[in-house]
Parts: sequence; structure tokens; C-alpha cells
Amino acid sequence: MLEVRGLKKVYEGSGRRVEAVRDLTFTVDAGELVCLVGPSGCGKTTLLKCMGGLMTPTSGEVLLEGRAVDGPPPGMAFVFQEYGRSLFPWMRVAQNVELPLKQKDLSKARRQELVADALRSVGLADAADAYPWQLSGGMQQRVAIARALAYEPRVLLMDEPFAAVDAQTRADLEDLVRGLWRERGITILFVTHDIDEAVYLGERVIVLSASPTVVREQLKVDLPDDRDQLHTRVAPRFAELRTHVYEQIQAAKRGAPHLVRTDTPPPH
Amino acid sequence: MRRVLLRLLFVFALPTLLFVSWWLASDNSTDVFWPPLRTILKTFPEVWTGERLKDDVLPSMLRLTGGYALAAVAGVALGTVIGSYRRVRAVCEPVLEFLRAVPPPVLVPVIMLFAGIGDTMKVAVIASGCVWPILLNTVEGVRAVDPVMTETARSYGIKGPSRITHLVLRSASPQIFAGLRQALSIGIILMVISEMFAASNGIGFTVVQFQRSFAIPGMWTGILVLGLLGFLLSVVFHLVERRALAWYHGLRAAARRSP
Repeated sequence: MLEVRGLKKVYEGSGRRVEAVRDLTFTVDAGELVCLVGPSGCGKTTLLKCMGGLMTPTSGEVLLEGRAVDGPPPGMAFVFQEYGRSLFPWMRVAQNVELPLKQKDLSKARRQELVADALRSVGLADAADAYPWQLSGGMQQRVAIARALAYEPRVLLMDEPFAAVDAQTRADLEDLVRGLWRERGITILFVTHDIDEAVYLGERVIVLSASPTVVREQLKVDLPDDRDQLHTRVAPRFAELRTHVYEQIQAAKRGAPHLVRTDTPPPH
Repeated sequence: MRRVLLRLLFVFALPTLLFVSWWLASDNSTDVFWPPLRTILKTFPEVWTGERLKDDVLPSMLRLTGGYALAAVAGVALGTVIGSYRRVRAVCEPVLEFLRAVPPPVLVPVIMLFAGIGDTMKVAVIASGCVWPILLNTVEGVRAVDPVMTETARSYGIKGPSRITHLVLRSASPQIFAGLRQALSIGIILMVISEMFAASNGIGFTVVQFQRSFAIPGMWTGILVLGLLGFLLSVVFHLVERRALAWYHGLRAAARRSP
């Protein structure tokens, strides 16, 4: 579905050459929910922008359904961390959700149907006429998610979407994303620096090294599909997985040599 | 209710004070050039009759509207192009700085050479003076579009005309309005000046005519009319701006509440 091959990104400017991403290769299967986690400043955002066609990699390529990404593909939607700067403050909530649809060849009735459905899915059906800045941070991010849903993407890229909201709101939003994923069968790539969030949400966690970034480990999350904040987070298996990821991140920060790259969960 | 009264008091206190001071200071004046305010006010309805409104105020307003509209369209269009491309900006900036530094009234004799002394000249003078604040503010506004919003638009395939109308111009609109507000006062000044040079009607022409024919109270009424006109236009502008930028004021208020 989504394939990253030998991706490398080097920033050059004013005499400085920064190798943000060295060599990344991984795949995301159709319908999967994969979390990317890594130490802060490890080029997660760079990677996601290359995948979303917002940035051209120095070398390597990104393939969406077998076709190379050379600009924002129509089947892909993006949710940014900065919800306050990603929604247009001069448009009401419904207009914000509808705007990307106007680029598609859809009838007005169909557009309105999609907008209403998306807003209902994120629990904001009655906020359609509000301006984004009249809503709380968590609600604004819900609007951004609704905008992505209405776009009917096959792949949803989320760039640390809940980093700027408070802990309780974050828990609600995590459950919302998992719920939407199970209900709609969208492929989701979720970037985060929060280890618990990555393990709680993902079917698979890809651990990145410190910059210059490579894949440090791929970890299958063998928690049951039905997850909830109350029970999943205190399950022994959850603790084991998060400890494992935590150790990997710490080792990555120290620049320790790579462990084996596996796609199997660590032993119980 | 008390707050409303207090507000009204604040609004009207200074104008009333100035009016009374003028009235008292000029009351016993025998100076021909400095007539009592009483005389000026008595002359007012005699001078500004319906016919004069049609023959002088209306042409002035039409010139102002024409020049201002022309400047707004040209300023926003050029400003959007210049603000969008770094290269264009690098080429245009020195020229813009030079042209902006030329005082617009000095263009009147120059424009007269090309455009004659008719309405075209006056509209051209007004437009050439009004365009700069609009243009420069639009450039700044377009440059300052939030990069996250730009990326959002790109990732959702919002491009071309849709990107300009829904993202760039809306995002720049607070700055564009700041430019339009500056341009409005410049426009009124240039309207009067252009009519003082060569004209057969208009408010500026009327004031000069009264002065030349020693109809001094009439001249003073002309100045009052210009003041009132400027005030009225700024009130109208304020109303339009409050409507168009309601989102911006709301956003700022929301940001102040939760920094």
C-alpha cells in the first residue's frame, strides 16, 4: 500500500549540511495502523512530509499503491500537529471541512453529505457553524480530523496530532482515531514522540533512530483489537511493550548500535 | 445603560468642546478671513444646496470612488504577484521604494501632461497616490501567510484560483484593510488637490473659487464639508471592515483570552 524505499533527506543551506534522514525503508500494508516513534528531533516530520509529497527527498522514493509520490496524492490526507494554524480561521467549521472537497468533482449535495457525515463521526455535528477559534484545542483537532475523513483518503498521515492537547483530551482523541480506523478501514500512519500513545494505538510500531534517521526496529503490537484506556494501559503486555520501546528509544538517543530489526514482538 | 451614556459622553465631549471654543473665540471677530462660526453656519445651507451637491459633491465622490477602486484592484493584484514570488520581489523592491517616496501631489502636473485636465487626470492622480499603501501592505500580507496553512492547502490539492481566494487573500486581508484605510485618507487629499489645479467642478474647485472671490464664509463651509465627508467615509469604512474582518477580531480576542 505505502512503501518507503531508501529515503534520504539532506538539508543544505548557509554553509550547513544537515542529514536529517539517512536511509529509511519500510512498508505499511493496506488497512494497517502503524505508529512511528523516535527520539525528539529525529526527522519524523521530515519523513512524513516526504511521504505526503510536501517535500522532495534527496534520494529514495515513496510509493503509494505502487506509484511514486511526487506531489500530494489525492488519496492521501494529512493531519498536522498545529491544528490552530492548519484550520482556516476565516471559515466556519463546515466550510473548512468542505473546502478540500471543492477541488474534487463532487455535487454540492454529495459534498454536504460528506461534511455532515465526517463531523458526526468526530462528534461535532452541532459545531458546523462555529468558527475554529471558538472551539477548544481538542475540538479543533477533531475538525482537522473530520476534514481529513471527508476527503475520503485511503491513507491518513498524522503528524504528532495530539502533542499540543491536554492529557484527558488526548486519551479521547486516541480512542477516536482507533474507532475511526476500525470503522472505516483507512490505512493510518501515525507519528508521535509519545511511547505509550504509539503502543496503545498501533498495530505495529516502527522505532526510529536519532538523526540521521534509520529504522531501528519494527515491532508488532500483539495487544487485542479491542483496546480501552482503562484496561489496555494496565495490562502486563502493554507494560512490556512500552518498556521495550522505551529502551529502544533510550538506546537510540545514546547512539547505541542497532539491535536486530524484526517484525516480531519481544518474548513474554 | 450607564456604560452607553458614558461612551456617548466620551465620543461627543471633545467635538462639543472644540465647537464651543470656536464659536466663542470667533464670535466677535471682525476679521474678514476669520468670520464668526455663526456666520459660517448660516452660510452653510445657502451654499450646499441640492444643486451644488449634484454639481460639485457628486463629481468629487465619483472621482474618488473611481481612483480608489482602481488603486484597490491594481494594488491587491500586483501585491499578490509580488508577495508570492521571491524573485519578483527582489526585482521590484528598489523601484517600489523609490516610487513610494515620491509625494503624490507632485504627480499632478506630470499626469496633467499625459491625461489632460479632465476627469481622467483626477482619477489617475487619486489612483497613483492610493495604490502604494495598498500594494505594499498586500505584499507584506501575502508574504506572511502561515506556512502550516500553505502546506495544508497543498496537501489537500487546493491550488490555483481557489488557493488565491480562499487562502492567500483571506489570510492577507487584515493587512490589505490596513492599506485600504491609509489609502482612503490619501485619496481624499488627492481628490481635493487635483480639483484645485484644473477643474470646473468638485469640492476642491468650490473651495478655491470661494477663496478667489473673497466669499470667505463659503470657503469655510467647504472645509467643513470636506471634514464631514472624511468622517463619514471613515465610519463607512469601519463598518465594512468590521464585517469583513469579523473572524480576525474574533480570533484575536480568543487568543487574548487563552494565550
